[in-house]
Amino acid sequence: MSDTTASSCSAVSRRALLGGAAAAALIARPAMLTAQTADVIRFGHLTPRTGFLGPLGEFAVMAADLAVEEINAAGGVMGRRLEILKEDSVNPQTASTKAERMVERDKVSAIIGEISSAACLTIAQVAQRTKTLYINTGGNSDALRGPNCNKYMFHVESQNSMYVKSCGRSLMQQGLVRGKKWFSLTADYAFGHDLLKVAKRFMEGNGGQFVADKLVPTDLTDFSAMLLEIRNARPDLVVCNLAGNQITNFLKQYTEFGLQFQVAGFGFDTALAWAAGKDNFSGTWPVVWHHLIDTPNTKKFVQAFTAKYRKPPENQAWGDYLAVKIFADTMNELKTTDSAKMIEHWEKGAKFDVMKTREGYFRASDHQMMHEMYTVQGLGAASKNQWDIFSSSPAVPGPGESLEVIAATAEENECKFAA
Amino acid sequence: MSTLFLQHLANGLLDGVYYLLIALGLSMIFSLGGIVNLAHGAFYAIGAYLTVTLGPHIGFGGALLVSPVMVALLGVLFERVLFQRFYRADPILSLLLTFGLALVAEQALRMIFGAPPLSYSIPPWLRGQIILGDFIYSRYRATLIVIAACCVAALWLLLNRTAFGRVVKAGVQNPDMVGALGISLSPYMMTVAGIGIGLAGLAGVLLAPIYSIHPAMGQEIITPAFVVVVIGGLGSFWGVVAAALLVGLVKGATIGLGYPQWSTAVIYLMMLLVLLFRPRGLFGERIQRFE
Repeated sequence: MSDTTASSCSAVSRRALLGGAAAAALIARPAMLTAQTADVIRFGHLTPRTGFLGPLGEFAVMAADLAVEEINAAGGVMGRRLEILKEDSVNPQTASTKAERMVERDKVSAIIGEISSAACLTIAQVAQRTKTLYINTGGNSDALRGPNCNKYMFHVESQNSMYVKSCGRSLMQQGLVRGKKWFSLTADYAFGHDLLKVAKRFMEGNGGQFVADKLVPTDLTDFSAMLLEIRNARPDLVVCNLAGNQITNFLKQYTEFGLQFQVAGFGFDTALAWAAGKDNFSGTWPVVWHHLIDTPNTKKFVQAFTAKYRKPPENQAWGDYLAVKIFADTMNELKTTDSAKMIEHWEKGAKFDVMKTREGYFRASDHQMMHEMYTVQGLGAASKNQWDIFSSSPAVPGPGESLEVIAATAEENECKFAA
Repeated sequence: MSTLFLQHLANGLLDGVYYLLIALGLSMIFSLGGIVNLAHGAFYAIGAYLTVTLGPHIGFGGALLVSPVMVALLGVLFERVLFQRFYRADPILSLLLTFGLALVAEQALRMIFGAPPLSYSIPPWLRGQIILGDFIYSRYRATLIVIAACCVAALWLLLNRTAFGRVVKAGVQNPDMVGALGISLSPYMMTVAGIGIGLAGLAGVLLAPIYSIHPAMGQEIITPAFVVVVIGGLGSFWGVVAAALLVGLVKGATIGLGYPQWSTAVIYLMMLLVLLFRPRGLFGERIQRFE
């Protein structure tokens, strides 16, 4: 290029040049990060940010960020700064590709996240192949702790059996199981089917029966037809095992049609109660954690989260916050990121503060976190504000019981780790 | 006929009204401007979000009046700045434009209001049920159907009994001739876009209390609304009305007869049959420039 052309269009080319340089810097960034591995420790975070699980994923991401901030403020991991790479997992195939890239290219020491059980499964396969530890923070399927269990996958999220048995206890206490008629609505996909199977086992084992058992397409938004059938069937309990937003829609329309039968469900997230609002949220629902638990660490977490994001944390936030902390604390304690050593430590029954009344631990046989669960009930008009719209049962299991009584037994859900 | 079956039909009717409010605007904008507005669902979502935002200050009644007008003005803005550049262009361009707009709008809602769904309840003065013997129906839904019927009637009067409507209908058939007669279609297109998009906003307001309000809610409605437009036939007002109600009723009847799992498939089956035997739709007019 001659001098004259270069100067005559310098005004334009300078801007183009700067833009190009900025773009080049952006593209080059990951490589530069990888080059500095010595003074950072990196975790990978994968969770759905879009689609029907996206709303929960947003809480997961906020909580993971908060945990990393707190860990770095307290000195990081083994004296190194903790960094978290966050990606939208989109679907099981993409989740697996992204997990692989995080391990191979970005050299993450651990993977955290997920809500969809199908994506948990594909991430776990990458974890096993690359011998990287993965903590599942939101996939409920029993199969992940049974036939599909994996030496490199641990679960802070409770399995469906734990949800069903905790909520089932509440229902037994309210006299809604033995000799009672259940009208069941189940989302027609893997999660719903898994939940239905466990719920059915519980109901039949305790003397209840189905008056109707309906599969509902996952894209159904209007439940009025179902509500009319419920009204005609006059059940003692409506069991709502629906997916995400469907629960919100169902509860709003249930109030709209003025139905008075008791409602319960075995899969739940507090964000759905908030979306239904205090006028519409009713029934008995199990949660793995909620923001009103009366323990010092829950209060501290809720306060920090609310200060940063101006809303209280959802139960999904608890899972991802806890998983990041568990990894960081374990690495600090063992002074290593070696997967085999961490597995050994956890399988030996290491205890964790899970912000509840009792400490939790990973059960060695299936890597499920053994911890307390809760059931919540809508408060309706008695609610103080838009967030505190439910009352909570005491922790389940009670103080004198083993934490394992609500989990699936080895006969119900057998796990054999591949050697 | 059992009461339960009648109730399912009544529900189907509500579904039909819901599709209708979206499909009417889609059909009008396509007929006049040749634009397939994939962003139409986004305006429905914006209407719902405006209701949640304004409701606490001006009440549901206030939001019912203000939100659709605000959405309509937003529609006019988009029409002036973007849509009008594509009226005579290859349809694929406007398809890409509105598809992009839909994505931008959804993400913007996510950034402003957050991804978790928001709550909104039926206002106390519209709660309750209508009970006639065995028959039960929500009072809110009944009100919703009446409001929608009034809108459809008003729109019909506007299109068929006014000078404005005559120009619009002529513009649908032969825009060049309208131009040759010395009438600029530009303000008419702007108004039609405003009305059509305002109706989508109205649907958002009306459905906010009974459906969940989340950024992707626009995507849920856009496909069935298109199916209604296809079944009804382009350019036909009554075609869209008939198709929307027909789709709703057939869906309700399918559920009433005991096949709820077929309730979504039956809509597409109807579209398939219409496309096979009446490719122009049930009441579709022959529009020269689309042939």
